[in-house]
Amino acid sequence: MNQEAQWLLPDGVEEVLPGRARVIEQLRRRTLDLYQQWGYELVFPPLIEFLESLLNGAGRDLERETFKITDQLTGRLMGVRADITPQVARMDAHSLRENAPTRLCYCSSALRTRPAVAGGTRLPYQIGVELFGHAGADSDLEVISLLLETLKLSGLDQTIVLDLGHVGLFRGLVEACDLSEAEQYQLEDIYVRKAKVELESFVAERNLPGKAGEALLALPWLAGEPSVLEQARTLLGEFPAALDALTELSELVDVLSQKGIRLHLDLGELRGYHYHTGCVFAAYLPGESEPLAKGGRYDQIGEVFGRARPATGFSADLKMLAAHLVAESNSGILAEGSLRDVKFAASVAALREQGERVVLALPGADNDPQVLGCQRKLVQAENGWVIKDI
Amino acid sequence: MSQKPLTIALSKGRILKETLPLLKAAGIELLEDPSASRKLIFDTTRDDVKIIIIRATDVPPYVQHGAADIGVAGKDVLMEHGADGVFEPLDLNIARCKLMVAAVNNAPEVGGRLRVATKFVNVAKAYFAEQGKQAEVIKLYGAMELAPLVGLADRIVDIVDTGNTLRANGLEPTELIAHISTRVIVNRASMKTRHADIQAILDKLGEAVASRKE
Repeated sequence: MNQEAQWLLPDGVEEVLPGRARVIEQLRRRTLDLYQQWGYELVFPPLIEFLESLLNGAGRDLERETFKITDQLTGRLMGVRADITPQVARMDAHSLRENAPTRLCYCSSALRTRPAVAGGTRLPYQIGVELFGHAGADSDLEVISLLLETLKLSGLDQTIVLDLGHVGLFRGLVEACDLSEAEQYQLEDIYVRKAKVELESFVAERNLPGKAGEALLALPWLAGEPSVLEQARTLLGEFPAALDALTELSELVDVLSQKGIRLHLDLGELRGYHYHTGCVFAAYLPGESEPLAKGGRYDQIGEVFGRARPATGFSADLKMLAAHLVAESNSGILAEGSLRDVKFAASVAALREQGERVVLALPGADNDPQVLGCQRKLVQAENGWVIKDI
Repeated sequence: MSQKPLTIALSKGRILKETLPLLKAAGIELLEDPSASRKLIFDTTRDDVKIIIIRATDVPPYVQHGAADIGVAGKDVLMEHGADGVFEPLDLNIARCKLMVAAVNNAPEVGGRLRVATKFVNVAKAYFAEQGKQAEVIKLYGAMELAPLVGLADRIVDIVDTGNTLRANGLEPTELIAHISTRVIVNRASMKTRHADIQAILDKLGEAVASRKE
């Protein structure tokens, strides 16, 4: 093995060093405490599973993102999860089977073969919540509110732009158009890229019913201020399913626009179109390509596990959430004694009991207080062990 | 938080020459002549807009990574280098040409594996796969026309403008892969976080393109 290969990390994989790790861990604890207060129960989905269950339901789009290995015990293919949401959806549908709304949260690593955006991580430390068993604006609102609370812990709730859309608008239009599956895929790809030229020729080449062509051409550009909702209402008048979606979205916008956050509507947004069924949202930080957090409604996903329940939720990469928090420097006491000394050991234990951070100075070592993060020291005096400033 | 200037990435060469008048019509002019400068970042008549001038193939990654909010690049570059995660909201309708398969005049049908020389490796692979033809793609960096003449390849895939270079070398275009023109691409996150600024530029560019057509 050459020298370089001994320390080189794979693309999109990073190690987290002291300081940064402390900030991330503090944020993890505070965030999970928040979720506990909101009634979300923590779960640990497995790191690895058989591919069939991993790529079922919400995981269908993750085939190429998933690392695969052969299980030596069964010969079956296993995958390392690329996203945790599908696993949690299965827990609700298969393992828990409650009738009351089920609220779950998680915080674990996932692994992706490709980053979600250019230059992004392949090893997100995914934190998120899922709410199962309720359809409608109230559960959407709960989850979005919890997302904003999450961002508040990172100090980012006033900085972000909350991007809001609803896949039901596009779906309602497309269903009225009687397109083949291949055509739907083509149109979806055009929408994802907001590719105007392709969209114009797609619509021009087809004889679409009523105002469908006009609406399809306009939808990707209905973006920006909440006023676009009114424009959409006129445009989608002929399409009841799309209008229902619009009403759902408008209800949410009415409430969210009172929260003093920056809203951006994008009525042509199709992120996760294959499993999302309703409102979709993402929190963008100006100047960064990857959204800080993303989520939305995904009803019916549990169906493949035997039980379809409405669901909504969001997830974020905790490392990204913590990226803008500044690591406070450690404070502590350098204890210059030996644990062999019972009295010294007792003083150290007492200090730690009081919540102090106490670092032992080891004999013969370079116990640089700055490196060890200590501003005071515990030294022996005539009347026992006392603390002094360094 | 003070707003960063909007950054527009332009492709060097022909596209640059034809894009500048459109940007001018949209109220964005370079403060100095890029051909007389060694600079890479240029100020414009708008304080909040900077222009960077880079190789065509570098435009998509700059925009994907968000180092540029807006980019101007040929559809050929977008097809070959991929432009995942960016929007393509506008066709500038300039630097128009065709991406074509070409062969020597009256080239015979090739049975079995077709050897194709090109710098558009991904486009060529996808095109021949779609046609159900087995093709061995040979990556070259220039003078594609030479490859069939010296027996390196049976076909080439290249940009065809007037077709003069092909004809001068006894080659002829045989199949059209795609019509190419220059596109505006926009970083997804920029489009969402700076929508008003970016949409205003897109609208003005769109008007400039439309008025040129008339």
